[in-house]
Amino acid sequence: MGTFRLHVNGQVKEVNADPGTPLLWVLREDLKMTGTKYGCGISACGACTVHVAGIATRSCVVPVSLVGDRPVVTIEGIGNDPVGRAVQETWISEDVVQCGYCQSGQIMSAVALLKSRPKPTDANIEESMGGNICRCGTYVRIRKAIQAAAQRLS
Amino acid sequence: MRSHNTRNRWFSIILALSAWPILVSRAAEPGPDTAPTRDAGLAAWQQVYSVLTHPRCINCHTATNYPQQGDDRHRHTFNVTRGPGGKGVPGLNCATCHQGANADSAGVPGAYNWHLAPLSMKWQDVKDKILSSAQVCQSITDRSKNDNLDGTGILRHHKQEPLVLWAFDPGRRRDGTARSLPPLTHDQFVAATETWVEAGMPCPQNP
Repeated sequence: MGTFRLHVNGQVKEVNADPGTPLLWVLREDLKMTGTKYGCGISACGACTVHVAGIATRSCVVPVSLVGDRPVVTIEGIGNDPVGRAVQETWISEDVVQCGYCQSGQIMSAVALLKSRPKPTDANIEESMGGNICRCGTYVRIRKAIQAAAQRLS
Repeated sequence: MRSHNTRNRWFSIILALSAWPILVSRAAEPGPDTAPTRDAGLAAWQQVYSVLTHPRCINCHTATNYPQQGDDRHRHTFNVTRGPGGKGVPGLNCATCHQGANADSAGVPGAYNWHLAPLSMKWQDVKDKILSSAQVCQSITDRSKNDNLDGTGILRHHKQEPLVLWAFDPGRRRDGTARSLPPLTHDQFVAATETWVEAGMPCPQNP
């Protein structure tokens, strides 16, 4: 066990955990931030996506000991960011969600995309969102919502 | 006295001439302080090439817009693409999954600064066919393609680059089995590179 000081959504959080514990489980079990979802546990579905130092990151494969001082942003904090807020709003206006389980991960990847590419093409969206799986098949609405957010932010 | 000196001079000349063939033949052999021969360098290069074209290395030295995975070198899943800097695209960077160390519990490999090699360092063609030993050798020794590395730089790259080191400690697959290793150990790989560099980095002639 070790003590780790994490910077999560702008706040310092101290946790005691085994160094190999995935960041996902620290967020969900220790910090009780359950917006980030467990899907596959092997970085294959994208449901657990958070931002680590601004990079969309699968929290299920990041040992807590490797996070260090890098800031972590989760679905609970992304609404404080203008791009994150716009994406959340268009997610609602475009009625993207069906069951919703994968959507926090989808939103985190979409925000990472729009922060780097404010006007993405459909091809850009497909490349950037390819690692986020939606079993309900909401991909068409996801793409529409990302384009709507881009338009709202321009 | 004079005749004694003359005799000594002739004796020295004869001794030197008799030793000449020995000196010539010694110069052609690699000694502890001489560079390896071209043949030794070419043999060492083949050893280096056997590592460079192993899946642990060549999967990220593609000629395409995507990396490969596995010993069968299939296209990386999730529509992963190269991106402008060889580190994926926003939202799906290499670092989205590949962290600073192997995540054996999930089977996701990792090492510092995970990324694709530049297209100038492709070791396969666009149909994923591995380039010949001569072609790879010509690329890796071309300073306009290899990030301006000379022999010392290439040797340092093989000794120290974290992604090269990863290839010899590639962790476990999702099913818990160990990933296959290149045909040489890292020490053998470095030694072969060293011999090849010391021999003047010779390349095979045939394409």
